[in-house]
Amino acid sequence: MREISCKLLIIGAGPGGYVCAIRAGQFGIDTVVVEVARPGGTCLNVGCIPSKALIHAADAFARIKAAEAGESPLGIELSEPRLDLQKTIAWKDQIVGRLTNGVSGLLKKANVKIVHGRARFRDGKTVEVDTETGLQVIRSENVVIATGSAPVEVDALPFGHSVISSTEALSLGKAPESLAVIGAGYIGLEIGTAYAKLGTNVTVVEAEQRLLPNYDAELSGPVARRLDALGVASLTRARAKGMAPSGQLLVDVAGSKEVRLNAEKVLVAVGRRPVTDGWGREELVLDMDGPFIRIDEKCRTSMRGIYAIGDVTGEPMLAHRAMAQGEMVAEIVADRPRAWDKRCIPAICFTDPEIVTVGLLPEEAKTSGRDVRIGHFPFTANARAMTTEAEEGFMRVVARADNHVVLGIQAVGNGVSELAAAFTLAVEMGARLEDVAGTIHAHPTQGEAFQEAALNALGHPLHI
Amino acid sequence: MGEHIIKMPDVGEGVAEAELVEWYVKVGDIVREDTVLAAVMTDKATVEIPSPIEGEVAWLAADVGASVSVGSPLARLKVGREDTEADDTAPMDDRQRGAPIAEGMAEEGERQPPPPTIEVTQTARPTPPRPGGPAPRARIPRAPGEKPLASPAVRLRAREAGIDLRQVPGSGPAGRILHEDLDTFLAAGTQIRPAAALARDTSVTEIKVVGLRRRIAEKMTLANARIPHITYVEEVDVTALEELRATMNGHMRGDRAKLTLLPFLMRAMVKAISEQPEMNALYDEEAGVVRRYGGVHIGIATQTSSGLMAPVVRHVEARDIWVCAAELSRLTEAARNGTAKREELTDSTITVTSLGAMGGVVTTPVINHPEVAIIGVNKIMVRPAWNGSAFIPRKMMNLSSSFDHRVIDGWDAARFIQRIKTLLETPALIFIDG
Repeated sequence: MREISCKLLIIGAGPGGYVCAIRAGQFGIDTVVVEVARPGGTCLNVGCIPSKALIHAADAFARIKAAEAGESPLGIELSEPRLDLQKTIAWKDQIVGRLTNGVSGLLKKANVKIVHGRARFRDGKTVEVDTETGLQVIRSENVVIATGSAPVEVDALPFGHSVISSTEALSLGKAPESLAVIGAGYIGLEIGTAYAKLGTNVTVVEAEQRLLPNYDAELSGPVARRLDALGVASLTRARAKGMAPSGQLLVDVAGSKEVRLNAEKVLVAVGRRPVTDGWGREELVLDMDGPFIRIDEKCRTSMRGIYAIGDVTGEPMLAHRAMAQGEMVAEIVADRPRAWDKRCIPAICFTDPEIVTVGLLPEEAKTSGRDVRIGHFPFTANARAMTTEAEEGFMRVVARADNHVVLGIQAVGNGVSELAAAFTLAVEMGARLEDVAGTIHAHPTQGEAFQEAALNALGHPLHI
Repeated sequence: MGEHIIKMPDVGEGVAEAELVEWYVKVGDIVREDTVLAAVMTDKATVEIPSPIEGEVAWLAADVGASVSVGSPLARLKVGREDTEADDTAPMDDRQRGAPIAEGMAEEGERQPPPPTIEVTQTARPTPPRPGGPAPRARIPRAPGEKPLASPAVRLRAREAGIDLRQVPGSGPAGRILHEDLDTFLAAGTQIRPAAALARDTSVTEIKVVGLRRRIAEKMTLANARIPHITYVEEVDVTALEELRATMNGHMRGDRAKLTLLPFLMRAMVKAISEQPEMNALYDEEAGVVRRYGGVHIGIATQTSSGLMAPVVRHVEARDIWVCAAELSRLTEAARNGTAKREELTDSTITVTSLGAMGGVVTTPVINHPEVAIIGVNKIMVRPAWNGSAFIPRKMMNLSSSFDHRVIDGWDAARFIQRIKTLLETPALIFIDG
């Protein structure tokens, strides 16, 4: 048994953990990061990145298929396009490989030691890691728990055989004939849409009244319409009961009889749970916040010297939140005065069309007791959107009625994910409607709709 | 576009001028006919001035707190109609419009005092001179509990400098805190770095003294400047009085007001005044005359939401204790809810001031000019008293009273209070004639 000691030990090399490690390394802090799998966590390996690669490939294929069917207004004609999903997956894996190697390289460059294996707390300062070469004990002044999250399993549909999680869904050898997606949140709809575009018969099963129940109907509407157009069937107010011996999926739909779905694969995407077990939490005395580890505004847990970041600390479970937390914790360990003071965490749903939300939704702003002004601008009135066949969707700005400070920005439309940067910057800088309206937005871009939405909120839009 | 001048209407009561206590409109506002433009205050009544015409406010005559003479221009409106009558005919119009105000007042009596019209303006913190730097901008005060608005870079810099942004006024749009605001804050705070919880507050808040508050200020200044006060404090054993009061309240008829201590004091004062009429008088300094009054009109200093008022119980000498109590209760209530009539607030001949449970041990009452005496009631407290063989608990109360020493000597003041003391300690004497 070998023992090493360090100043900072990070458990998990996901987006939170590796960013924390890189930043700590930049300060010259003696840092060790433990990871059981490849660095990059869910995001790089089985989450954000591979799903975006698959979505991109499916998009490209769907456009070509549409052209083949003679639906291209651009006049593109072609015949018999085919997709070799194996090649697609190989391409995706190669991107993931490049990125995870990149993370390893960045960690090395920052002089961070990577220990491969499963970590387990012995006590608040000591962790043992089961490595290929035996037990490694690591003592550290500070420990960061960045163990992330895992897909939630449904009792009636345990993972295995045809029942898969998002992880497996991103590595199928071929597109299944039929796919049932349990849960119409962003993960289920992103992957479901991609497979629908690859030719799979997709059915979405959602317990709530409508798809994307976490968004308002205005935002989810264009996505629901597009799914319809893609031939995706939606069962709302429906619950999956399990698999029939015949291999069919049994679904209870409220107000109707049981539905049996033919589904070669069943993707369970009902959410993610924090990974709070399997690493020796029982050896510690950590206050919990529901299923999550309770943290304060410095990501400190209830134990001195132990921090927690990322999905294990709560919603929103998003990579960029974890990264910001990781960076902050590294700076705190380096004795810099820091605390969580972000005004907003952007969230993107890479459906077709995409949805971006930053800050408060109109309903949230109203329930917080504020008088608000809301400005919309539809992409049907945006030239760039017209010339890229992307007229579906709109931009929406929510601002305080009294001083016009922007509280939230939402958009649904083709490619709007890239506008998240502008939206988030506006909210973080404390922009007022007049700031957005008074900024030149390049023409012709979809971003102009942001300026127009602000102008609309002020009562004098120019192009509508 | 024509113009219409609105003049200060005759608000009745023969007043020549009124104090402007509130503007409800500002220049540029569009007003309709009957939109209330301003509130003005005469002696103790507040009158709202409505617009006689529709138009846009172009000019306001004066700031809040200024006195405006009746008939002088109050505001100017831009009116849309081209055929607007010339200015010189407008006052007629005004007077017609103004008339109902005065009539209405006659009908319903004095309007109630306005809610406290406090105009708060926050002044910028003193800025150390920065050579060549831009002039400091006006800082927008943040409502309590409001999160400070600042860019991430400003937030980081503040944190590194150990500054709590909640303490930093922002000069940017919507009160956004800029790097310049941090510079100013840092420059101002280099001498002492207070703990976050004990941050220095260098703000200055200006509150215009207007309306009733100004009247109180003027009156108190006058009283304190003119009258050489002599204050005399004596303790009174009110144990017997309190027992009597409890008994009387216990046997009270349903239609009678509950007795407090004040009606007893008022009746005792009537009795003492009958022996020392010099106490119930007004000193007219200009004429060099002290006017002693037969009727005892006792002003009761009363705290209202807008400030101190003194409704007057008239002819206490002609009221028995129950009537006294009923009138007292009615008047103080009227003063508090602002329905006291003008005549109910004037012409007292002597005043009683009481802070009830807040009465304290001793006060130094200021005489209600031009009266010559004021009786202050302090709090009743159980105190040990030596009865010759043991300490016994007694209900004790101090009377703190001030007199105009120009016309009343200390000896007379003491005699007056001693008489009241005797009456209150043996309350049966209050009710025995002669």
